[in-house]
Amino acid sequence: MSTLEVSPAESTSANAGQSAVNDFSLQVATVNGSGSQTANTVLMRAIFQMGIPVSGKNMFPSNIAGLPTWFTIRASKYGYVGRRKEIDFLVAMNPETAREDVMKLAPGGAVVYDEPLKLAELRGDLSFYPVPFDKLVAPVCPDAKLRKLVRNMIYDGVVAWLLAIEMEEVHRALVKQFGKRKAKAAELNWSAAQAGFEYAAKTFVKSDPCRVERMNATAGKIIVDGNAACALGAMFAGVTVVAWYPITPSSSLVETMIGYMRRFRMNPETGKATYAIVQAEDELASIGMVLGAGWAGARAMTATAGPGLSLMAEFVGLGYYADVPAVIYDVQRVGPSTGLPTRTQQGDLIEAAFLSHGDTKHPIFFPCSMEECFTMSIEAFEFAERFQTPVFVFTDLDLGMNNWMSDPFPYPEKPMNRGKVLTAEDLDRLGGFARYLDADGDGVGYRTLPGTNHPKAGYFTRGSGHNANAQYTEREDDYINNMDRLARKFEAMRGHVPEPARETRAGARIGMIAIGSSDYAARESCDQLQAEHGVPVDYLRPRAFPFTTHLAEFISGHDRVYVVDQNRDAQLLMLMRLDLEPDLIGRLRSVRYYGGMPIDARTITDEIVKQEGK
Amino acid sequence: MSTAAAPPPKKTNRIGLEVLSYKGSKTTLCAGCGHNAISERVIECFYELGVEPWRVAKFSGIGCSSKSPAYFLGSSHAFNGVHGRMPPVATGAILANRNLLGIGVTGDGDTASIGLGHFMHMLRRNLPMICIIEDNGVYGLTKGQFSATADVGSTQKTGAANDLPPFDCCALALEWGATFVARSFSGDKKQLQAILKTAISHQGLSVIDVVSPCVTFNDHVGSTKSYAYMKDHDLVLNELDYVPAYEDIAVEIPEGEAMDVELHNGSHVRIRKLGRDFDPTSRLAGLAAIDEARTKGEVLTGVLHINTGKPTFVDMMSLPDEAIATLPESKVRPSRAVLEEVMEELR
Repeated sequence: MSTLEVSPAESTSANAGQSAVNDFSLQVATVNGSGSQTANTVLMRAIFQMGIPVSGKNMFPSNIAGLPTWFTIRASKYGYVGRRKEIDFLVAMNPETAREDVMKLAPGGAVVYDEPLKLAELRGDLSFYPVPFDKLVAPVCPDAKLRKLVRNMIYDGVVAWLLAIEMEEVHRALVKQFGKRKAKAAELNWSAAQAGFEYAAKTFVKSDPCRVERMNATAGKIIVDGNAACALGAMFAGVTVVAWYPITPSSSLVETMIGYMRRFRMNPETGKATYAIVQAEDELASIGMVLGAGWAGARAMTATAGPGLSLMAEFVGLGYYADVPAVIYDVQRVGPSTGLPTRTQQGDLIEAAFLSHGDTKHPIFFPCSMEECFTMSIEAFEFAERFQTPVFVFTDLDLGMNNWMSDPFPYPEKPMNRGKVLTAEDLDRLGGFARYLDADGDGVGYRTLPGTNHPKAGYFTRGSGHNANAQYTEREDDYINNMDRLARKFEAMRGHVPEPARETRAGARIGMIAIGSSDYAARESCDQLQAEHGVPVDYLRPRAFPFTTHLAEFISGHDRVYVVDQNRDAQLLMLMRLDLEPDLIGRLRSVRYYGGMPIDARTITDEIVKQEGK
Repeated sequence: MSTAAAPPPKKTNRIGLEVLSYKGSKTTLCAGCGHNAISERVIECFYELGVEPWRVAKFSGIGCSSKSPAYFLGSSHAFNGVHGRMPPVATGAILANRNLLGIGVTGDGDTASIGLGHFMHMLRRNLPMICIIEDNGVYGLTKGQFSATADVGSTQKTGAANDLPPFDCCALALEWGATFVARSFSGDKKQLQAILKTAISHQGLSVIDVVSPCVTFNDHVGSTKSYAYMKDHDLVLNELDYVPAYEDIAVEIPEGEAMDVELHNGSHVRIRKLGRDFDPTSRLAGLAAIDEARTKGEVLTGVLHINTGKPTFVDMMSLPDEAIATLPESKVRPSRAVLEEVMEELR
C-alpha cells in the first residue's frame, strides 16, 4: 500500500473571485455538432503546453446535433484536475443557454459572448467581452460553408488575449490537432484565431482576474482519456480476442484500440493480425465470445456500460461457476435503464459485485487515473488468468471520455503469467488431472486448453452441477464442495488484488474513503478541510473489490470515516458493510452525489462540514 | 496344443484409435430419442475419418440436444454454455484457436427462439464449424411446449394445435450465409453419415438440421416431427457419396447424374441428383426446393446448398496459421519503443 504524508503547509485551495492566476475554470457553451471540439482541445492544449496543470471535461447531451453542450477547462497551479463547480470564465456561444450560463457564474467572473446576444445587461458583477463573430469570420473564411466550424477558432484567439495564453502555443496545439495531412485546415483555423486575438487586443480592456502565467508543471506529461488508456493497457497486456457492442460511454475504448492494434499488432510483412476484434450482435454475444475465447486460452475482453452489464448477467455467472477468465470493462454512466447516457456515475458497483443469479461474486478493479487505467488493465488480465474468473475493470464517463493529464505510462516489466495451464508434457508427467480439484488451497484448479494434443487433456465445461473431475452431478456434497471452493478462491483474491492508496495527515481523527474518479475531488476536499477548517483528514482509496485488510485497519484508526459515493444508494458503503464488524460499520458516514456531473471537492467538503457540525 | 486363441486384434482407425476413443458417457436422454442416434453417427464419422479427438471442441446451449455432446467424443474439450447462446461461445473459441474443429449441437428452442439472433449472426459470419440442430419441434426438458420450428397444425400431446408458422432453419441458413446446408432425419443413418462426413471436411459454416423425434413429447399422431410422419414424408432430394482424401476410390457414376465437389482438405463429395434438376450451389434453388416441398407437406432432406469458395470469419480476421490464444509474449506485447512512440504522440 502506498502511503503519502501530506503536510498542512502545502494544502491550499482556490477561492473563486480572488487572484485567478493559473487557477480558474473556463467553460465554453456551444451547440452539439457545431464543431467546437477542435477549438476547445486547442485551448486546453495551449494552456498545458505553457506548463500549467489542466483538465478538460466535455458535458454533452445524448444527441447527434442541436442540443446544448459545455466544455470546461480547469487550470490549476496546485494540480487539481477534478471538476470545480464554480465557473470563472464563460465563452457563451449558445443563444439557448447563454442567459442561464451567465447567471451561474462566480462573482467577478468574465463572459466572452456573441455580440448579438446582449448579455451585458444581465449582471453588474462580471466582465463582459462582446465579440462580433460573424463579422470577424467572413474575411478569414471565404467559404461560407466552413464558417460555422472556423468561427469557433475565433474565440480561441479572443480567450488567448484575455488570459495571456501565448499565441505560439495556440499555433503549436493547432498544428498537432490537425496533423500534417490537414495543413490547409490548420492554416484556415490559425487565421481565425489570429483575427480573434487582434480584435481582442484592439478592442478590450482586461477587467477580470483570470489569466495564465508560464509554469513548469507539465513537462514530459501526456494528455489522454481513460478509454484510450485502457485500450493501450489491454494491448500491452497481450489481449488477443475482443468482442464488443457499441454503447456510450465505452465505445471509444474499443474504437481507439482498433486503431492501435492495426498499427502495432499486425505483422507488416504478412498482413496477419495477432488479435481478433468482433463487433458482436449484442452484449450477450460479446460476453459469450469472450468466455469462449478465454476458455480456449486467449486473453479476452469486452467493454460496456451499465445496460450492457445487465445483459451479460447470465453469462458472467457461467464464467464464475465454470472458472473461465475474462476481463470486462464497465465505463459507468447514469442508470437505471437508459438513464442519462452521457453523464457520469459510479452506480454499477452492487450490480457487478454480485452479477448473475445464485451465489456469485466477482472481483472489481477501480483505477482512478490514466496511469492506473493502463497499469491496472495489465494487472486485470494477469488476475483473470491467475484466478480463472471474470474480472471487472470499472471506470466511468468522467475518466473514460474526458481529457486528463498524466505521467507517461510505464512499460510492463513483469513477464506475462498465463496461470495454471497444463501442457501435454505436464499431463504425461502427471498421468491426468482433475479440473476443479483445489490442489493448491487457493480454490483455483488446473486447466488445459482445447487443442492440447493429449488423450487426457479434454474436459467438459458446463454451467450445470459439476464435481472436481468436471463431471455432471446433482449430488449435494459435490455442489457444496464446488461452491465452497469458489468461496475460498474469492477469499484468496484479497491477498492478490491491487492494494489501496493512502494519504495521511498528522493528528487526523476522521477519515475519507473514495474510489476511482472520485479521487480528485476527495483529495482536493481533504485539502479544503485542512486549509479552510483546520480539520486534518486521512484518506484511503481502495483499488479493488474484494477489499483488503487495510480497509478495516483504516476505519478502526479513525472516529468517523466518510465514504464518498457517486450514486444515490451509497453502494460503496454498502459493499464495505459486508466486510466489517458492527463497531466499524457504526463509524461510517456517507457522502453522496448523483446528479450526473463528475463529483467536485466543494460538494464533499460542504457535506462533511455539515455532518461534523462545524 | 494350446487351447487359448490369440485375442483378435483390436479394430482401429487410420490413426490407430479404437472406436472407444470416440465415445462419450452413457446417455441420459430417453430411450429411442433421435438425439442418441445422431450422437452415434457423430462417433462413427469421426472414428471412420480418423479425426484426432484432441483437435475437436464441442459446444452446446441448453436443452436435451445440448446435453448430447457429453455422449460422444468424450476425450474432446467441451463447453456447454447457456440457453440459445452456443454460437457466441464457439465464435470466441474458434477465433482464439482457429485450428480447433468445432462442432456445435443446439436444439430448435436454442436456435429458433431464444438464440435466433446469435444463430443468424453466426450464419452471416460463415463461422467455420459444424452446427447440428437437433430439431424435434418441442421443448423436452420443460415437458412439451411448442418450439418455433413446430409446423402449423402440428399438435401437442394434449391435442392443442400450433397456429404460428415455423422458422425453417435451413432456409435461414441459406438466406444468411452458411456455406454447407443440409437437412436429415435421425432415422436415416446412411444419409446423416454422408452429410456429417462432408461437414467435417467443409471449410466454412455447416448447418445440419436433423429432424430428431422426441419420443416422450412429440411422437404421437398429429405431430409432424414424429418417426411415423417422417417415414411417410421424408422427401430425399439427393444422395451423397463422401470420398475422403486418403482413399483413392473412383465411384462410377454416369455423366450428368452427379455433381462432384472438391472440399478443402482434398476430399470429395459426389452428389447424386436422383433424376432431379437441382443445383446445390445455387442458394435460390435451395430456397425454392424447400418452399416447394413445404407446400406439398413434405420434409425435404439431403444437401440443400454447398459453396466452397466463400471466405470464413477466420479468413476475414486475417489470423495467422497458429492459434492467437497462445502466441508468445514477444508477438502480443508491443515493444518499449512502441509505448514511447504512443506517449510522444500524446504529449
